[in-house]
Amino acid sequence: MDIYKALVDIVGEEFVSRNEEELYIYSRDSGLTEREKPDFVVMPGSAEEVQKIVLLANKYKIPLIPVGASLTLSGLAVPIRKGIVVDLRRMDRIIEVNRLGRYAVIEPGVTQGKLKAFLERNYPDLCHSMPDAPPSATVVGNILIHGQGNLSQLYGFNSTMVTGLEIVLPTGKICRIGSCSLSPYWFAVEPLPYLAGIFLGWFGTTGIITKLGLRLYPRKRLRDIEVFVLDDPEKVADVVYRITHTEMAEDVITMEQPYPMMFRDVVLVQIYFNGDSEEEIEFKRKMLWNSVMNYIRSRDGGFMFLTPDVQEDFLEKPASSVTRFADVMKGGGFVYCGAIIPVEKFAEALRKLKEIAKRHEITYGHVGRIVGRGHCMMFSFSFPFNRADRASMERAKEALHESYLATLELGGIPWKPELFAQKMILERMDKNAAELMKQIRGLLDPNGIMNPGNWEVEP
Amino acid sequence: MFELKFDRAVCEDCTTVDCLVRCQYMDFDVEEAKREIMKLINGEDSVVLHECATCYACEEYCKRGNHPFYLITDLQEKKGIFPAPRPILRQWINLAIPGKKDFPHFPGAKEPVISLCLFPEYIGSIQGKLFEDVSVILGRHFFCQLVYLHFGKPSIIRERLPKIIENIANHGFKEVVFFHDECYSTFTSYANAYGIHVPFKPVHFFEYLYENLKKRESEIEPLNVKVAYQRNCSTRLTPWKEHYLDKIFELIGAERVERKYDRENALCCGGIIRSLQRYDLFVDVQKRNVEDMARANAEYCVFNCPACYSSLAKRVEEKGIKPVMIHELCKLALKRA
Ligand SMILES: Cc1cc2nc3c(=O)[nH]c(=O)nc-3n(C[C@H](O)[C@H](O)[C@H](O)COP(=O)(O)OP(=O)(O)OC[C@H]3O[C@@H](n4cnc5c(N)ncnc54)[C@H](O)[C@@H]3O)c2cc1C
Repeated sequence: MDIYKALVDIVGEEFVSRNEEELYIYSRDSGLTEREKPDFVVMPGSAEEVQKIVLLANKYKIPLIPVGASLTLSGLAVPIRKGIVVDLRRMDRIIEVNRLGRYAVIEPGVTQGKLKAFLERNYPDLCHSMPDAPPSATVVGNILIHGQGNLSQLYGFNSTMVTGLEIVLPTGKICRIGSCSLSPYWFAVEPLPYLAGIFLGWFGTTGIITKLGLRLYPRKRLRDIEVFVLDDPEKVADVVYRITHTEMAEDVITMEQPYPMMFRDVVLVQIYFNGDSEEEIEFKRKMLWNSVMNYIRSRDGGFMFLTPDVQEDFLEKPASSVTRFADVMKGGGFVYCGAIIPVEKFAEALRKLKEIAKRHEITYGHVGRIVGRGHCMMFSFSFPFNRADRASMERAKEALHESYLATLELGGIPWKPELFAQKMILERMDKNAAELMKQIRGLLDPNGIMNPGNWEVEP
Repeated sequence: MFELKFDRAVCEDCTTVDCLVRCQYMDFDVEEAKREIMKLINGEDSVVLHECATCYACEEYCKRGNHPFYLITDLQEKKGIFPAPRPILRQWINLAIPGKKDFPHFPGAKEPVISLCLFPEYIGSIQGKLFEDVSVILGRHFFCQLVYLHFGKPSIIRERLPKIIENIANHGFKEVVFFHDECYSTFTSYANAYGIHVPFKPVHFFEYLYENLKKRESEIEPLNVKVAYQRNCSTRLTPWKEHYLDKIFELIGAERVERKYDRENALCCGGIIRSLQRYDLFVDVQKRNVEDMARANAEYCVFNCPACYSSLAKRVEEKGIKPVMIHELCKLALKRA
């Protein structure tokens, strides 16, 4: 069977490739995972085309790797068993925005930047939860890895904001989940049995999402930030508790890094808040200040005075400082272990991060995001490296591995884990739960073609 | 180490106690003020050490030059009374540690030379007719360190200052123009008060601007604008050069509006008050100050201090008043010629 020709028949010649240069691009992501070239890359333009590709792959048992922008840095869309990479970025329509119901229905190629710009232009009083990933990252890709954005402190992981799904199942059936399965409205996945969970956090191993309903939230006219500074990491959890108790904050971010010098030896807690008027902003600011007044009085913590340029930097959405960190060693590269941990483990995690960095003689950075009202947090163990310097890459890799282990020791869970870290998780997971995962996959994907290698439970 | 030249007899027989009576942020009558100053002289705890907003104004109010503010800051440190939280102080201490982008020497720099302190963002503004042939030095190796007066940690100033002076002197300059009031006041008032030798002549930016405007008087087209001036804290340490500002305003046709919070009665920009975590006071001070400017029909709010600009520019803009640095205003008067 000439698979190339079959793919051309489905999507047209323009949207299939087996050119070395293009295969190379899809063989890697910007992290440090091993490379592997796919056999083909294909860019479908509709759910029907996706369906035909899935049917073809099923027939010939060819691995299929769905991909958005491939920006996870943990190689979750690298074709480790070769096969066909299905790049979904051509399917980038914003199909519907229901303003009063505050949701949008989008295709999988819609990027964070596109949705943000579209809403700002057409629905200025609505917004979605935006991660600090580059704007070219896809909204669906972010949700499928349980990403977190600027509204996660308020509403939880971005994946909890899904109101409906259209999926091409691994066997080729197109299936709708949520209200959209029986109604013209995409308002919620409830009150039906919670099928969405079979697709969220599975890294494309259970099907290819072709439409997604997403909750939108009120976008206030004004946005501001206060940065609380502490020199004792042990106090961070309590500060977060007090701040989240006010319910005045939008996003709450922690940060610790050795450079610039002004950030050294202190932990910054960035508190974003918003309002439709100055009065609302000032009221919230007041509440936030009051919530940590005990630390101010004891001289253990205080709010930083932000010059307008620093403030502007902090208020940027997405924060490009995160991407700039990637180039701090020059040669452009960084990896991070995003540990989902209880907030009470903050100080211990920071201690471990510094120990690891010291042991591997590497610089580090930490940015964390509170998820829910302190229900947990994403704590990043970040390590920059220089791509032109093999040794620095090796050091970053080793530091990263240790960070995954440290996360598990802390009672946390590595987020968007690389293959070896997925194994670490599965080994430690309740055996019956792991078995259930395996059964679900076996049921949905009997030929094991979907993003193979990921979430694979050993027999 | 360097000791404050302070004469207790001067305070003991002072009958007006202007340093405290005139304070804008603490309320004392003469009797109370006298009591508190006596405590300070005797090295005892006083409410002043806890409530001081660190506006530096008492240095100016004391016409006998006895340095009440320097005394307060030394005592704060001695007694461990820190006006700001520890981590904020830590940030400021770290801020001044030179990094890879800071050069201790500017080869080829020659007079006239302007020290831009830690304000690299202003380098692009030091150009045009007023700044022909000037050299600029800047960075952490030239950072005057005076800011620690706000944080009850003046020993750092004395510890680091000799090296800073050496870095500047190493260039062989006879005169150095200081862009920021804070630097000028460090190398004059503060250094004098503690007997720190400064081997070059500090020149205030106002004086530099005035002299250079004067040279180009024929090119000036008067601006005919009303301006409010925002005095900064450090200007209180060296009031003797303030007359240059009025002369500049006169030259460029800017009318300094009569208002309540100007000259010796000026209010702090609020930035430091906020860093000291006194939010309500910060809001109140800014509000009163800006309303006062608006009432006086000021079209511009003129700054000499970049930190004041950062802290107050947005507020004045909201009132329809244009924030501008003094040298930019001067350039405006020349450009139109
Ligand atoms: C500088 C930087 C900052 C970041 N900051 C954040 C942050 O603040 N918050 C955050 O959450 N993340 C962050 N990330 C991580 C990550 O980049 C984002 O989560 C991003 O949104 C992932 O989207 P993507 O399009 O790159 O997904 P991809 O990497 O393309 O896909 C992710 C996974 O989903 C699968 N997949 C993709 N599309 C489909 C589909 N339609 N159907 C089925 N499976 C699919 C892929 O196979 C892969 O396993 C950051 C990354 C970088 C580089």
